[in-house]
Amino acid sequence: MTTLTIDHVSRWFGNVVAVNDITMTVGPGVTGLLGPNGAGKSTLINMMGGFLAPSTGSVTLDGDRIWRNEQVYRRLGIVPEREGMYDFLTGREFVVANAELHGLGEREARHALATVQMEYAQDRKISTYSKGMRQRVKMASALVHEPSVLLLDEPFNGMDPRQRMQLMDLLRTMGDEGRTVLFSSHILEEVEQLASHIEVIVAGRHAASGDFRRIRRLMTDRPHRYLVRSSDDRALAAALIADPSTAGIEVDLTEGALRIQAVDFGRFTELLPKVARERNIRLLTVSPSDESLESVFSYLVAA
Amino acid sequence: MYDPTVARLTYRALLGRRRALILFALPALLLLIAAAVRGFNGPDDAVASDVLGGFALATMVPLIGVFAGTGAIGPEIDDGSVVYLLAKPVKRPTIIFTKLIVAIAVTMVFSAVPTLLAGLILNGNGQQVAVAYTVAALVASIAYAAIFLLLGTVTRHAVVFGLVYALVWEAVFGSLVSGARTLSVQQWALAVGGRTAEGDLVTSEVGLPLATVLLLAVTVLATWYAGRRLRSLTLAGEE
Repeated sequence: MTTLTIDHVSRWFGNVVAVNDITMTVGPGVTGLLGPNGAGKSTLINMMGGFLAPSTGSVTLDGDRIWRNEQVYRRLGIVPEREGMYDFLTGREFVVANAELHGLGEREARHALATVQMEYAQDRKISTYSKGMRQRVKMASALVHEPSVLLLDEPFNGMDPRQRMQLMDLLRTMGDEGRTVLFSSHILEEVEQLASHIEVIVAGRHAASGDFRRIRRLMTDRPHRYLVRSSDDRALAAALIADPSTAGIEVDLTEGALRIQAVDFGRFTELLPKVARERNIRLLTVSPSDESLESVFSYLVAA
Repeated sequence: MYDPTVARLTYRALLGRRRALILFALPALLLLIAAAVRGFNGPDDAVASDVLGGFALATMVPLIGVFAGTGAIGPEIDDGSVVYLLAKPVKRPTIIFTKLIVAIAVTMVFSAVPTLLAGLILNGNGQQVAVAYTVAALVASIAYAAIFLLLGTVTRHAVVFGLVYALVWEAVFGSLVSGARTLSVQQWALAVGGRTAEGDLVTSEVGLPLATVLLLAVTVLATWYAGRRLRSLTLAGEE
């Protein structure tokens, strides 16, 4: 069990507060650090990776301070966002050098290159690589010592869909193996597809934490939208609107469905099946029409 | 204290980039000047000393030192690739010490060796002038590499500051203000090198004991402080 603990961490640059009193724990599995550009994700990741001192608070790995403690890198792997990476070396030379700096050698480097499926281009200079290839070689360099914690800053930037899928599979596997994987992203689908746990950062603050449905439910002060199809849409609509848990119902004739706005999430989810059963209405479709991370996110940002 | 992987990366970064051309251009220029002077003037110990002191030691050695010293770490910090060195369980002073060794070696090869060759061309090492300036160049290589490695660690504009120091302080200011000469790597190196020359062609403003102490102090302090700075190196995000 390897746990990253961020305890009341703030970081400011001059007058600008980049990270504002964030407390969170990142444990085994894949965690997505989600937030718009400029929210403070990179600042937070740099502090987790030991490349930035917190202005206040502490960042620890299983109780060990990360800042100015090079021994934590035995357990920590880092995939930086920046592109600089010894372009004059070949992919293999680069990963071998990274292995050697961990006291390992060719064998581990070969294994890491195989893991990211880069063997086919390992003898080409890094300067000739595409962005996705560079990203995978960076991954190999971070995986070479089989760290229990992996930090990735915007790892999917510039990757094509196939490379993205491959990297997602790889990270998912690592999470399933019990490693602590944390990646940042401003793209919601990425986080939604990959992360079992999400931490949302907005304007330097910790806006929400949990899986994305939970985060969604935390936003009780705003209506939840559902698309419902049933054997008798109008009868169902009449029964539901009588209850204070719904704020509005639209009969969408083109879709052949009801669009329902619920204001009391808990009460509505109990009401709907009860009403349908009492009135002998068959529910054909019940789908949350905006329970994508995109809508969760836009509400969080607007809040 | 010495990490062969760090050394290999540093050495390849130094010689693999385009700026490495300057490492070859300056020695070539020195040899060209030496050959021309010898051709027009014939062998002359005083002229040899002027060329080696005025161009080799005063200009070429510090410039090579700037490029080797700052180039051993500056570009890595600039483009962020230093992360791959730092995200490793390798002690920061080890990284700095290794880079210092590489920077010293490169400075010596590209400044002291051509100085010796130029001296041999100029007057066939008459009065030990070539050897004296070679020794001075070797000694200066150590101090310059340490100073400019530190500069590369603390500022993104290391090359500019390095050039200002090498050209303005050592060459111009030092020759106008005599006090400034006491604080000049060139003069310290001359004090050491002058011991090997016959006669008084190679002289320094600084006595040998003081020069030795200052050379050691500057090298050790610069290296120690660079290690400290690397420990606290901060990488600000792109945002």
